[in-house]
Amino acid sequence: MRINARIGRLLAVLAAAFAVTVHADINVGVTLSATGPAASLGIPEKNSFALLPTTIAGQKVNYIVLDDASDTTTAVKNTRKLIAENKVDVIVGSTITPNSLAMIDVVAEAETPMISMAASSRIIEPMDAKRYWVFKTPQNDAQMATAIVEHMTNNNVKSVAYIGFADAYGEGWWNEFSKIAEVRKIQIVANERFNRADTSVTGQVLKIMAAKPDAVLVGGAGTPAALPQKSLKEKGYKGMMYQTHGVANADFLRVCGKDCEGTLLPAGPVLVAGQLPDSNPIKKAALEYVNKYEAAHGKGSVSTFGAHAWDAAKLLASAVPEALKKGQPGTREFRKALRDALEATRNVTAAHGVFNLSAQDHLGFDQRARVMVRIEGGNWKLVQ
Amino acid sequence: MDLQIALLLGQDGLTNGAIYALLALALVLVFAVTRVIFIPQGEFVAFGALTLASLQAGKLPGTVWLLLALGVLIGVLEGSRAVRAGQLRRLPLIVLLNVGVPLLLAGTLIAVSPATLPLPVQVLLALMLVVPLGPMIYRLAYQPVAEASVLVLLIVSVAVHVALTGLGLLFFGAEGSRTPPFTEVSFAVGDALLQGQTVLVIVASLGLIIALYLFFERTIYGKALRATAMNRTGARLMGISGTLAGMLSFTLAALIGVLSGILISPITTIYYDSGFLIGLKGFVGAIIGGLASYPVAAAGAALVGLLESYSSFWASAFKEVIVFTLIIPVLLWRSLKTTHVEEQ
Repeated sequence: MRINARIGRLLAVLAAAFAVTVHADINVGVTLSATGPAASLGIPEKNSFALLPTTIAGQKVNYIVLDDASDTTTAVKNTRKLIAENKVDVIVGSTITPNSLAMIDVVAEAETPMISMAASSRIIEPMDAKRYWVFKTPQNDAQMATAIVEHMTNNNVKSVAYIGFADAYGEGWWNEFSKIAEVRKIQIVANERFNRADTSVTGQVLKIMAAKPDAVLVGGAGTPAALPQKSLKEKGYKGMMYQTHGVANADFLRVCGKDCEGTLLPAGPVLVAGQLPDSNPIKKAALEYVNKYEAAHGKGSVSTFGAHAWDAAKLLASAVPEALKKGQPGTREFRKALRDALEATRNVTAAHGVFNLSAQDHLGFDQRARVMVRIEGGNWKLVQ
Repeated sequence: MDLQIALLLGQDGLTNGAIYALLALALVLVFAVTRVIFIPQGEFVAFGALTLASLQAGKLPGTVWLLLALGVLIGVLEGSRAVRAGQLRRLPLIVLLNVGVPLLLAGTLIAVSPATLPLPVQVLLALMLVVPLGPMIYRLAYQPVAEASVLVLLIVSVAVHVALTGLGLLFFGAEGSRTPPFTEVSFAVGDALLQGQTVLVIVASLGLIIALYLFFERTIYGKALRATAMNRTGARLMGISGTLAGMLSFTLAALIGVLSGILISPITTIYYDSGFLIGLKGFVGAIIGGLASYPVAAAGAALVGLLESYSSFWASAFKEVIVFTLIIPVLLWRSLKTTHVEEQ
């Protein structure tokens, strides 16, 4: 029996030794919303992780992908689990803003860098001791809203009606858009809400029609954003239509059909990668992603959401080699060094734009990260 | 708000109310006969609409595989029971009914391209694919615990609902679908256009309600269902099988759900999880009818539709709050009016 116990102890020591070598891999913990209301954003993100290279700077990278079902509590639970059990070096996620905001406390406490794939600027602003650890890849709502307002003023739009989701997305867009529109002297004549699963928006649409706006902005994501637009067309609305970058996937075009002709929206350049001028450095980076994704999932399957996951990996690919000089993966030093290296990212060209981060700006996109797009003949057309 | 807007809102509310009324009737029916609060009712709306949409898109709807899987499960269950009872003669029929028919259906769908078929045939195919799921779910999930308390049956309902929603995401993806309208006719009402499809929804719902009324009043099966709803033990003593009544009520509920889905999918986008909210609003209607009275439930559902429509005009951000708050005064009124009798 005693010999058995000794062998057992020996095995335990050996296992521990192996465990140390296993930990020399870089572990990336991912929590995203592949089910629940945000599934149309989370699924392409999940698919994108399967396309990523499995080594960075010669080190093996493990992506541990968990689903948080678009639920805040689950996102926090996933984050704790990834940090405590999988000893991850960096957290990527989550897909949506409420989840990402809730995760900030957890990653700051564990001193683990986090790269969010959600849109709101509140995830990284205002910069404080906790957001010190937090980065994000999607363009801020404010940046996209500015693009819309700019286009409106250039096209002589004087009055706008807004109809958005009755959730964080619609509310966030309302806040950004109304602020910027007020500065630019665009009058907002109606402010309506609808739900993702609504079967009818007739009431809201009639109210908007009664206000006679020059243009209508729909603050929604994915196919649900087609409903107000179709209802407006049905009731005889003839003015301009704006959507947000949340609708930038092929399913939206399929559901909205010919009722969406002429609709304008701001989007990341990856949506119209093939139409960008060759001089644009983003074209090559974006096409690389588009080709990879479509090779795996079929033509026309690419959406801009998955590219946010791809871009997070781009940030990591440029930061990890720096961090490896300071420490071994799995240690506190490595995580700290990784955070510092992420913040020092300069001129990294990704699918959505060029990253130039700083201590105050943990996104680091400039004007190149957004383009205006028009729906023409059932396709996305770059507006020059 | 002028008269025209009021009329348009009323028409919109009645269109949605008609669908809620159908679902409310199905919920009352299932509860009266089997004491099951059928939360997955809404899933049949979504499954029906999305199955039709995938057929039209030329894709093989995932519901085929669900039908096949449930068929095999039931086949094994019934088959092993028949073997244990020594009734080997029943085996071929069991296999044919539960596995053969779904296989035949799947084979047909693979052989012909459903996208090219005329619309009525597509609708028929969607009905054949989704409606059998109703009695199958009853056989697998509810029949083994048919004598359990209402609470246990409710918990089973929640489980079935969650499972079906997950399967819906797997089958149809996260994004929604629409189907082309049955009719392109539209009428001019003042300055605005009234779509023929919305009129069709109301007319078809009324037709279905009348058909249900005739079924319950005139046919022997309808009377058997009513007898079971009235007094389960008494009905059984008269030779009405509780299992048959359960199967029948679930078939009807599934049929109503699928038809509702097919009716509304041309006027709105349906998602894999749309059904829950639609079903819940039907449930508010059913609660107004005390889960017992068909006419009051239908009227309650119409009221829900109208309330929803007008509140979306006045306070769109609080629409759902207003609709679901309606249930509190109703419950208060009902609990004051009736003396509560403890179940069992």
